[in-house]
Amino acid sequence: MSLLVDSAAEAIRMVASADGKLLEIAVLSLRVSATATLIAAIIALPIAAWVAQTRSALKTPVVVVLNACMGLPPVIVGLVVYLLLSRSGPLGALGWLFTPSGMIFAQTVLITPIIAALARQTLEDAQIEYRDLFASLGLSRWQSLVTLLVETRFSLLVVLLAGFGRAIAEVGAVMMVGGNIAGETRVMTTAIALETSKGELALALALGMVLLAIVLVVNGFAHWGKMWIGRRYG
Amino acid sequence: MVDASHTCVALNGVSAVAGGTTILRDVTLVIAPGECVAVLGANGAGKSSLLRLMNGLLATNSGSAHTPSSRDQALIFQRPVLLKRSVLDNVSFALKTRGVAADDAAEIAREKLAACGLATFADRYARTLSGGEQQKLALARAWALQPKLLLADEPTANLAPAAVHSVETILHRMHVAGATIVLATHNRGQAKRLATRVIFMADSTIVEDRPANDFFASPQSAEAIEYLAVERA
Repeated sequence: MSLLVDSAAEAIRMVASADGKLLEIAVLSLRVSATATLIAAIIALPIAAWVAQTRSALKTPVVVVLNACMGLPPVIVGLVVYLLLSRSGPLGALGWLFTPSGMIFAQTVLITPIIAALARQTLEDAQIEYRDLFASLGLSRWQSLVTLLVETRFSLLVVLLAGFGRAIAEVGAVMMVGGNIAGETRVMTTAIALETSKGELALALALGMVLLAIVLVVNGFAHWGKMWIGRRYG
Repeated sequence: MVDASHTCVALNGVSAVAGGTTILRDVTLVIAPGECVAVLGANGAGKSSLLRLMNGLLATNSGSAHTPSSRDQALIFQRPVLLKRSVLDNVSFALKTRGVAADDAAEIAREKLAACGLATFADRYARTLSGGEQQKLALARAWALQPKLLLADEPTANLAPAAVHSVETILHRMHVAGATIVLATHNRGQAKRLATRVIFMADSTIVEDRPANDFFASPQSAEAIEYLAVERA
């Protein structure tokens, strides 16, 4: 119990003193995971839209693979991306190993299937409701898809938040690909893992509380944005 | 054979199958431009299937079907499907998908909303409207597209009497403005008020096709006699 209280006090002290190192770590966490979410969305949403409306025989296998890949272990993703980015690997020339770019790469791989799988289900459910209307209005396939994406925008925002949440909470992949280098690739989760291994449990827990607060604030902003859009219609 | 040149709809021996079940069987029907036809029949008789086939949502398995192109017709559902946008945007959306410029679309939309008694709702979020207002919005959206053929599938089935009245008024105005209307309904009064011709369906096909007055005065098929008797009881 006292550990929790100490940690909470430490967390408040760190935030209140606007600790430079903490700020740097928090900003890197946000930057890496937000960028990964953005890139994953750009890749995953078209995949989801395609799978949702296709009658191709590939549909079922793709759905099963996407759903299964939601459970990709971060350490496996980390290992594969590590091998890809290592000097002798096929993408070694990029020089991304132990850089934020490599971490973004790993997190993108990790959450693209999550966003694609959840968005696919969201779009398919919505399609049942809108299919007849779109057909009756004579919408082209492209118009139907775009309209469906717009109609499901609030649900898709939650899907993106799920992807972002998974990315920013993830430790295995960024540890392997980023290397937890202080001032370079150290993010909230790898910092927590490090402090825990050093026995600095109060500090580790305090960092955990700050991480949780960051995630809360991001979700709060997303919800507020959604309300703001909703309010435009009275 | 039916002559397709002076007709709005011409179905000749049309059958449709869905999921191994015959949902329309040997339907032959000619509707002239400007008619208002009521489609009556028990649940499952094939009324919705007939409308969906005319609208192109259902494919024919045999026979020939001549209907206006999808751009020249509109379908009103029993439960209106509205977009998660403002009332105005719901109407202008339909216009914009057909290449109408945004300003023109908004102007036409406002005009049709006013014609359907929804002028003051233009900026409301569509899904917060009442059931009757939602159906009026669906009609405004359909009207904005200036359909030659308006198909309405039990448009007032879930509505209170006052809303039924305003929906009927809008349908009547669209008819007067030149639209051919095919109206599936369980409401005999509605069929009498709006339609000059009744198509009575049973067991996935057309059993009677007669002027409305004749049909209600002296139904001829056993199915129609039973249907009307139950409704009167």
